Amino acid sequence: MKSIIEDLNKAFENKVRLGVMSILVVNEFKDFNGLKELLQVTDGNLASHIKSLEKLEYVDVEKKFVDRKPRTEYRVTEQGRLAFKKHIAAIEKLLR
Amino acid sequence: MENAKEKYIEDLKVIRSMMDRSGRFISLSGLSGVVAGCIALLSAYLAYDLVYEGQDYFSYRQYSATRSELLLLLALGSAAILSSLGVGYWLTKRKAKQNGQSVWGSESKQFMTSFFPALITGGLLVLILLAKGFLGLVAPLCLLFYGLALVNASKYTIKETRGLGMIEIVLGLSGIYFIGYGLAFWAIGFGFAHIGYGIYMHLKYGA
Repeated sequence: MKSIIEDLNKAFENKVRLGVMSILVVNEFKDFNGLKELLQVTDGNLASHIKSLEKLEYVDVEKKFVDRKPRTEYRVTEQGRLAFKKHIAAIEKLLR
Repeated sequence: MENAKEKYIEDLKVIRSMMDRSGRFISLSGLSGVVAGCIALLSAYLAYDLVYEGQDYFSYRQYSATRSELLLLLALGSAAILSSLGVGYWLTKRKAKQNGQSVWGSESKQFMTSFFPALITGGLLVLILLAKGFLGLVAPLCLLFYGLALVNASKYTIKETRGLGMIEIVLGLSGIYFIGYGLAFWAIGFGFAHIGYGIYMHLKYGA
């Protein structure tokens, strides 16, 4: 029991962060508006949650210009993918 | 403990729905299927009138078109396809707006880049065959390539499109086997199958 709780990741307790990770692990990348549309959250809310995932080095941010318009693309890092996998495995074990 | 379990069941639901929705263009309108089906039935009726005028219904028929008839059929087919795509685009745009999804977003781009290659290949093949005079293969090959395009694109949109694609493929192959009944298969595949699936999708996913 103890090891399961250790595997559950505090970073993914929040619904928005959980959503962001779920989207990024199955997509090559998503831009800010794409994430916002899917999660139905405000700019500030989304930005702060992404920031914390960035700090943990679970998410990579790349700013580029497409047709002279700025676009921010988010990708999941290898570290983030692993942590997320572990988290889901722990949930599944817990529910078994 | 029970509360925690419930929270994590809820979390798994969020994970699943986000994984599913983020990779799919879910705004494809069911109503556009119904409209496309009606257009297909109407055009099949008009083509029937043009091609088999004065012949016996429901039996094997041979037909060789004159040049002007061929052009008329081509115009009819093109008009049917373009008007279906046009109405489909308009209804889908409306639905995308309601869903907060963009018609030109990354989901729809994935959908279109996996849908159109097979469809355009089929369209060009049909044009080549028409030019060479293989009129009988046109209707079943349209069904076949449309079905392949749908099956290929189904992983990027509403999953029911896969079933519709399979039906079109079966109808297309049957149409090639039972050559001469092309128009009947066309009416079933583009007409009735679209209307049926359109109504089902509309009821399941809303306008």
